[in-house]
Amino acid sequence: MNALTEIAIGSRTLFSGNEAVARAVWESGAAVATAYPGTPSTEILETLARYPDIRAQWSVNEKVSLEVAIGASLVGARAFCAMKHVGMNVAADALMSQALAGCHGGLVIAIADDVGLSSSQNEQDSRYWGRFAHLPMLEPADAQEAHAHTLAAFELSEQVGCPVLLRLTTRVCHVKTLVSVGERQAPPARGFIRDSRRWVMLPSNAKSMLPRQDERDATLTALADESDLTTLMDGIDRSVGIVSSGPAALSVREALPDTPLLKLGFTHPVPVERIRAFARTVDTLLVAEETEPLVEQALKAAGIDVHGKDVLPRHGELSVSVLRRGVARLRGEEPAHAPPAGPDPSVFPRPPTMCAGCPHLSPFYCLSKLRRAALIAGDIGCYTLGAGHPWQAMDTCTCMGASVTMAQGLAIARSGEDSKKSVVAVIGDSTFLHMGMQGLLDLVYNRANVTVMLLDNRTVGMTGGQEHPGTGFDIHGEEAPRVDFVALVKAMGVKPERVHSVDPYELPELFRLIRTETQIPEVSVIITNQPCVLTDRHVPRPALKVVEEDCTGCGGCIDTGCPAIQVTRRETTTTKSGKTKELAFARIDSAFCTGCNACVETCAPNAIVPLDPAAHPRLERV
Amino acid sequence: MTEHPAAGSAGVTNVLLCGIGGQGVLTAAELLAHAAVDAGHDAKKTEVAGMAQRGGVVTSNLRFGPRVLAPAIPDGEADLLIGFEAAEALRWVGQLRPGGRAVVNGLRVKPPVVHQGLFDYPEDPIALIRQRGIDLRTVEARDIADSLGNHRLMNTVMLGAVADLLPLSAEDLRSRVVEVFRARKPALADLNGRAFDAGRAAVSRAPAPEPATATAN
Ligand code: SF4
Ligand code: SF4
Repeated sequence: MNALTEIAIGSRTLFSGNEAVARAVWESGAAVATAYPGTPSTEILETLARYPDIRAQWSVNEKVSLEVAIGASLVGARAFCAMKHVGMNVAADALMSQALAGCHGGLVIAIADDVGLSSSQNEQDSRYWGRFAHLPMLEPADAQEAHAHTLAAFELSEQVGCPVLLRLTTRVCHVKTLVSVGERQAPPARGFIRDSRRWVMLPSNAKSMLPRQDERDATLTALADESDLTTLMDGIDRSVGIVSSGPAALSVREALPDTPLLKLGFTHPVPVERIRAFARTVDTLLVAEETEPLVEQALKAAGIDVHGKDVLPRHGELSVSVLRRGVARLRGEEPAHAPPAGPDPSVFPRPPTMCAGCPHLSPFYCLSKLRRAALIAGDIGCYTLGAGHPWQAMDTCTCMGASVTMAQGLAIARSGEDSKKSVVAVIGDSTFLHMGMQGLLDLVYNRANVTVMLLDNRTVGMTGGQEHPGTGFDIHGEEAPRVDFVALVKAMGVKPERVHSVDPYELPELFRLIRTETQIPEVSVIITNQPCVLTDRHVPRPALKVVEEDCTGCGGCIDTGCPAIQVTRRETTTTKSGKTKELAFARIDSAFCTGCNACVETCAPNAIVPLDPAAHPRLERV
Repeated sequence: MTEHPAAGSAGVTNVLLCGIGGQGVLTAAELLAHAAVDAGHDAKKTEVAGMAQRGGVVTSNLRFGPRVLAPAIPDGEADLLIGFEAAEALRWVGQLRPGGRAVVNGLRVKPPVVHQGLFDYPEDPIALIRQRGIDLRTVEARDIADSLGNHRLMNTVMLGAVADLLPLSAEDLRSRVVEVFRARKPALADLNGRAFDAGRAAVSRAPAPEPATATAN
């Protein structure tokens, strides 16, 4: 029995936007759904994997996932692909050219924007892709609309013969609300249509597609103007009228219930004529959009007098409070009251931490000790936390795979004092397979001198533990071929003696290895091989403790950054040479300690011992 | 197509849950959302995912009523704050509307940045909340959970503690909790029922809030 397919048709179920999109993809009769995990879009594919009769699979990166979906569309199937906003930067090569050729089976691409940057490196506005690629874009405001818009997107895609972009934001993806569901349609029975002038993008063929793209643009403009995905929510106060879309539109309605609102659901092409007609019914027009002034600029270019980013912020979420203040500003009024905005700033920060026993703790502990002698290029994943306290062992982090490549740039162009330093790249297993491999190939080929730390914790950790080709399992938990990282990097030309697979919990060995390899002027790869502690692959060991009488308060173990290690008290003493010294005495919270052993060697007086000596003979000390 | 929905979000109850990644804040919010829907309400519940789950600050917004529009609780309009950790409750208490209520777990969890000596944990976060004249109830949810033999019961204890402060039936909420565990982890179903009852009893026995020493806000 499958709980998802058992839901009564027409009944209302609490679904997140991601779950609602997944449901609609399945209902649409899609045969293939692909994605690379990325917040806030990850759960779309995770949910699809639980539906029958659809092939849901993780891809190694977003470009690959889009191209797999395009192939499925060309053979006539309905296909779907999901990604976070920055994922489209990777997939854009495929998008921009396939947009010209179009598609055969319905092809829907969901792009999830992280408005407010809760888990991303930038806040780019994906609506630009609609304009850039000449593709229609639909924008739901909540989970119920996410369901409806996804169904509409498949229809539109086949009607117009091109991919349709579905723009989501965090407040759609991760907000649960009531959604009524429907039945699954039979998948269309179609086949591949040989048409090399359309599917083979030779310059001459592509050129002949351009006039057809112009025609398609005109069709889409007419469809957008008429679309019933765009709704007018009327109001009695006609002094201001607001054009908005996505969750911001719902916040507009809540903040200003008497203000007429044109809520756009089909946002590219911008329905300019529909908005022009709306503008005539109100005194002043305001566009409330997250986040760039895209609609605002389109309206200004069409000669429509409009306000937007002159009174509303250019980044972050357009919440009810933000909107109330913006409209007050537009009316030249003082905001009625300035409500408290968010958390109390006087309370200490609580940044995310690595987990107790995380296999990334010791690599960053080691790098923090070699800090002054190295330039460290980082990458995207849990391990980006290595840039923070207490390690502060990361100098750069830009995008997926950029550790290895930027390290090469640092290595080949450094001068002066920097030449005396080693260059280290730190990258995780999934990020390496996503976009790091080519960088390593380039590093080897160009004979640069970089030590690559490949932190293989056998999962996509940051997004909640997904599978990838390095884990040996697929999205359903079924066994899949597993890549051999040691063999892979050797095959790329890294010298066999420069490739090491090490247990990161053996901290002294890891430290020696990093020190040695960073001093050899060749490409080295150090692969750590313990799994993420949040996965089933991790086997906890008996906990450790600090023997209170033996602890000298040196604080050495605290530098590991393990959150199971806590400070019991602080003292200031004077050393023999007359200097004052801060002491911090430690304890280990046995409820959290995973017995990984990494902190043992950081304690000079050997005060860290097994909680129960009998349970941990390997650590018994004499 | 023109719609004429009910104006604004009249009659909506705003519940702000806050705590630390891994404490079960999201599970508690999910249970409350289901209870609200079971009671015939429209509901919106946000989920925080990504980096915040790694021991960082976690909040969840639950809104229910005849019709819920905006996904997030507007600043300063929360009716009820459920604090799973004392300093986290202090961090978010400013989001309560005047007259809003708070139920706070007495548990204190110092983050690594405090252990590393970079920041101070407030001497008594509960007292600081009380000083603001908030209608505050406290519950030692971790101790109660431990006494029942499993610290993971803490979020069920918290749900019990708030059960009588919501416009929902406490009995229905309790059944929902037990039912969910019966489906997922049958061995823990009755224990969660007991944890719920213990939280409900403990909070009702907590001292009444001291008279406000400062004016609200
Ligand atoms: S052994 Fe040490 S480093 Fe490992 S989890 Fe326990 S306290 Fe943390
Ligand atoms: S490293 Fe050892 S001596 Fe130093 S604070 Fe930690 S337990 Fe105490």
